[in-house]
Amino acid sequence: MKQVAQKVNAMVFLEFEEPLKNLYNQLDKIKDVASAGDVDVSIMERELMQKIKDKRKEIYSSLTGWQKVQVSRHPERPYTLYYIEQMCNKFIELHGDRYFADDKAIVGGIADLDGETVMIIGHQKGVNIKMRQYRNFGMANPEGYRKALRLMKTAERFGFPIVTLIDTPGAFPGLEAEERGQAEAIARNLIEMAQLKVPIVCVVIGEGASGGAIGIGLGDRVYMLENTWYSVISPESCSSILWRSWDYKEQAAEALKLTADDMYEFGLIDGIIKEPVGGAHSAPEVMARALRRHLKKVLTELTQFSAEQLVQQRIEKYVNMGEFNVGTVR
Amino acid sequence: MGWFKRLKEGIQTSTVNKRETPEGVWYNCKRCKETSRVKTVKDNFYKCPKCNYHIRIGSHDYFSLLFDVEEYTELFTDIMPKDALNFTDLKSYKERLEITQKQVGLTDAMAVAEGTIENRPIIIAAMDFAFIGGSMGSVVGEKIARAIDRCIEKRIPLLIISKSGGARMMEAAFSLMQMAKTAVKLSQLAKAGIPYFSLLTDPTTGGVTASYAMLGDINMAEPESLIGFAGPRVIKETIKKDLPEGFQTSEFLLEHGFLDFVVDRKDLRDRLADLLFLFNQKSILTNKVLSTKTKL
Ligand SMILES: [Zn+2]
Repeated sequence: MKQVAQKVNAMVFLEFEEPLKNLYNQLDKIKDVASAGDVDVSIMERELMQKIKDKRKEIYSSLTGWQKVQVSRHPERPYTLYYIEQMCNKFIELHGDRYFADDKAIVGGIADLDGETVMIIGHQKGVNIKMRQYRNFGMANPEGYRKALRLMKTAERFGFPIVTLIDTPGAFPGLEAEERGQAEAIARNLIEMAQLKVPIVCVVIGEGASGGAIGIGLGDRVYMLENTWYSVISPESCSSILWRSWDYKEQAAEALKLTADDMYEFGLIDGIIKEPVGGAHSAPEVMARALRRHLKKVLTELTQFSAEQLVQQRIEKYVNMGEFNVGTVR
Repeated sequence: MGWFKRLKEGIQTSTVNKRETPEGVWYNCKRCKETSRVKTVKDNFYKCPKCNYHIRIGSHDYFSLLFDVEEYTELFTDIMPKDALNFTDLKSYKERLEITQKQVGLTDAMAVAEGTIENRPIIIAAMDFAFIGGSMGSVVGEKIARAIDRCIEKRIPLLIISKSGGARMMEAAFSLMQMAKTAVKLSQLAKAGIPYFSLLTDPTTGGVTASYAMLGDINMAEPESLIGFAGPRVIKETIKKDLPEGFQTSEFLLEHGFLDFVVDRKDLRDRLADLLFLFNQKSILTNKVLSTKTKL
């Protein structure tokens, strides 16, 4: 999984990572030379590796909104099941909403997180072309949200904290999704999550697009990984509606102020979890360790509150979200 | 000022809904293209007398249609929109707000009023499609939150009339969070045992449908309204097929189990009066039921 171990032509580079690609190309050439003869290239190799490290740091220290959107969609980015596998000792996946079907775009189950049973639920994207289809690109149908709610209710009954991992380009806009009440499913989750008597911690691990994201994203604490985004609409759709063209996604991404930094500044999330330099995909196991440490810390903090306090604080937190003026008409 | 403010017929309505409510002498039906007298249309609850098309009307039109003797007090009129993101697309949001406020004579896409229907108190929060497509931003969320507080405090039922294209993009994540904000407030209302009636009208889509519009103790809709989560255009592009006749209409939602009933606008007031009566009747189980309710 580590990129350094791969050949450059097997690696996925985003457009703004072009300088990195060039350096990796050079590295490949040096290695070829080395394998062809008995020239010692170890010094050159080390220098080049340092250059790559510096360049990556430089690029990733000043990403624009649109670039972060691209990182959040990187095909090698870790998804929910990867994090669960890395963070938890035992995980039993639970399937089905008990009414209609088992949605493959939202997964969930009970797991042991450092000696504590938690209910962990998240959007799941596919790891290869075939699986992307199978997971419907992380776009859930109503049964996905209903499965999530069922698991959350189970967690509440047994006093397990709930962790949700958000990573979706949106709830699925399909014909059957409408027939089965996509809107009702999301709305129901929101009103039910408001009153759940156990701690809920939500983390945006990739894309946080609109109702599809918040449908499992109402919690006592909400965090975002450093290179993720959270918004009411994707930059592309925003561009097509407000600019009446698909070509203004960069501007839309800026205008929407959708990065973790923006969201934290607005007080709409509770914190940002740092990613390894080069993004979560460049060192997934490092990312998973950081996420686990963070979750453990936050869940421990939340144990100090009674169920009533949790619900009360959760309600107050969301009631305070909104920017308006108070006064008379001009 | 007295409890009820007397509003002269026509004063609010004529300025409020320039684009939607018929004015002048003749009304040309958007659907059947037939021409009718505006007076006839108004007397017909703003419906086309020929084809029963329910014309999109504004918050104050609903207030006048529903409240006893057209008397009501508008609440929370001092909540104004704010451009917290400094948002600019082809136009700046600030400019868009100013122009829209001037054009439609409203401050944002929702008005809240208190009054009575058949002498029973009710608070009605109604959306205005004329204001940036009835989009939900922070003002809509705050007005709903305050309406709910007042409903709980005075133990008055709530009616929300939805008419919206969804969240307001120019308020980005703030508008998204209004879904959560209105839902947490409705959870308090539910816990207090106060009825919430949701009326969905044409159109109700996106984040509004996916939050308060679908969460009524009673969900009802005006006939043939477009109701859905995703818009029909987006769905069509996704599935690359034509959508079936009647897809995402009120009748479609009724058939699929998401509405309690579809109600013609002429029957709306009577239906609400009946609901208020029935929900208000002393239950023979009152003591039992109340004892399980959490005091807020
Ligand atoms: Zn007509």
